[in-house]
Amino acid sequence: MTANSPLSADQPGMKRRDLLRMIGTIAGGSALYNAMATLGFAADSQYAGPIKLSGAPAGTRVVVLGAGWAGLVAALELRDAGYEVQVLDFNDRIGGRAWTLRGGDTYTEMGGETQHCEFDSGLYLNPGPWRIPYHHRGVLAYAKRFNVTLEPFMMVNYNAYVHSSKHFGGKPKRFREVQADFHGHVAELLAKATNKQQLDEGVTREDQEKLLVALRSWGALDENYVYKASFETSERRGYEVNKGGGLMPAPVASTPISLQDLLSSNLWQALNPGQIHQWQSSIFQPVGGMDMTPKAIGREVQSLVTLNAHVKQIKQDDKGVTVSYVDSRTGKDPRQLRADWCVCTIPLSILSQLDINVGGPMAAGISGLAYESAVKTGLQMKRRFWEEDDDIYGGITFTDLPIQQIAYPNTAFNKPGKGVLLGTFAFGDAALTLAGMSPAVRVRQAVEYGTQIHPQYATDYENGISVAWHRVPGAMGCAAAWDSELMAKHYNNLAQIDGRIVLAGDHLSRGLTGWQEGAVLSSLDAITRLHKRIVNG
Amino acid sequence: MKLTWVLSCVLLFEWLSAAHAADAMKPSLPGVGQGKAFVQTDGDELYAAACQVCHMPEGAGAQGAASYPALAKDPRLKAKVFPIARVLNGSKAMPPFRDVLSDEQIAAVVAYVRSSFGNHYTDRVSVDDVKALRQ
Repeated sequence: MTANSPLSADQPGMKRRDLLRMIGTIAGGSALYNAMATLGFAADSQYAGPIKLSGAPAGTRVVVLGAGWAGLVAALELRDAGYEVQVLDFNDRIGGRAWTLRGGDTYTEMGGETQHCEFDSGLYLNPGPWRIPYHHRGVLAYAKRFNVTLEPFMMVNYNAYVHSSKHFGGKPKRFREVQADFHGHVAELLAKATNKQQLDEGVTREDQEKLLVALRSWGALDENYVYKASFETSERRGYEVNKGGGLMPAPVASTPISLQDLLSSNLWQALNPGQIHQWQSSIFQPVGGMDMTPKAIGREVQSLVTLNAHVKQIKQDDKGVTVSYVDSRTGKDPRQLRADWCVCTIPLSILSQLDINVGGPMAAGISGLAYESAVKTGLQMKRRFWEEDDDIYGGITFTDLPIQQIAYPNTAFNKPGKGVLLGTFAFGDAALTLAGMSPAVRVRQAVEYGTQIHPQYATDYENGISVAWHRVPGAMGCAAAWDSELMAKHYNNLAQIDGRIVLAGDHLSRGLTGWQEGAVLSSLDAITRLHKRIVNG
Repeated sequence: MKLTWVLSCVLLFEWLSAAHAADAMKPSLPGVGQGKAFVQTDGDELYAAACQVCHMPEGAGAQGAASYPALAKDPRLKAKVFPIARVLNGSKAMPPFRDVLSDEQIAAVVAYVRSSFGNHYTDRVSVDDVKALRQ
């Protein structure tokens, strides 16, 4: 709480709780939330609680394009507000990029290659989003409302690997070793500088003493501020011979990796992701697959949704919007749908090629964004060797190989039987290259590269499936490639209501592009403004 | 999805560098440094690495909810400035490659596409042609 806050609750006789109750009573939930944020009680998300739109003019029709997160939220909330809602989606399923592949599923990518998912029952791959941060309050609220069970996603696993194919003979290191050693070496260096009085500026003599105490504790340094093999450092990085019972061998301390090797191998980079806001603990996944929540919302709005609807044209006039579409399986059966208003959640990668009449600034934005690339490949293994042999339960191994990541299932820990690994999670230019290969080659590469880290692949691999987002017919890319410059140019123009059309989706979020929360917040914001426009004229 | 998700244009896994971290609109990605992704120099290899994902083998193009244009027998390739400008600047959802491919690489891949997939444009594509359009 800031003392200078206009809502400062430091006035005598008024408790913070009383103040919040008063604000809530007078100004409603959204103001309460904002006040809570100011007072430091709530933070992080701009989700302001369930929206309550009401008073839709009777018979007002809204067409929602897309049945991913943004479209489903719009359909659900606008229906509840009293609108006549219809939803069109290109796919033969609800959920958009919030998608889960299971055994028996068939997937045909652009270019025409079809893959049959051969996973055993209960095993799955989330080709798109796969984790929900604790501060994505919109997604969490819908998951709760629709009774979707969550379980922890291990973003940071101290025993997962960090791997450089070009260092340490290509042998992977454990995350705990890299982290303990990097912190330890940095603490030692800083302690040296402190002891040599090289930190004069900004650090008082008294603070230097405190800093030394902190560095020794943080880095597991010895009494001379040295980071070296010892039981103290092994308590962080792990032992050469671990602790045991009875007449088992006595523990033996492990030997740290040198600072030079850590720097030249870049392994320290793998320490950062779990510290970044969007990946910090706690972070979750839905039990059973990421499509659980969209599917649950979908059941609620099922009667409003037309699947396999390939939108070709969106034409507005001063009275309404006409959407022309065909059957996406056959390219035939042209139909038109007329509504008073349109919420369009079609990704810009696709919308930029559709015939839509919006104003110049919005049209420039629709055509102004490239789409990012991402590739995920799931591999079914005969046994959970990462647990049985390597003591890795969930989490992510980072590598400099083109597969970039290997992620372990965050469910069914310590159970016997099979499991599905995420064998590739590639971004960037390397993902473009991977995505240019046929699915079979992508799977084979995932197995070949992964074998360098887990030799067990050679005997335990059974089958795999690969999704390259640029080749997903209903997405044509992973997420809009915003940067600050593009945002200054196009963002506000894209987010405005243009006549009778408003756009929504994760592409219309600030810094939440590619996140389900971005789609939810964008949708809630768009339909709130649209409703206001409709009601107030 | 960043689908946590979004991507760099210069060096793969530069995401954790100060330059990218400074742009909060470009979400960071986890990883261990890999250096420059497009190291290829030959046109056919560059096509496979950077273009084939969308334009497909043999420049066949593809259809989804929208389409990736075919490059096979493409009369638009006659004037070499067209493909050079497209590769440099991108178009709609196609990303610009100006920061990830050198002038030499762009000349090589454009020359390859103009002389493959049923295209037979024989005039040379030079590094200077690319340089001239880079501004």
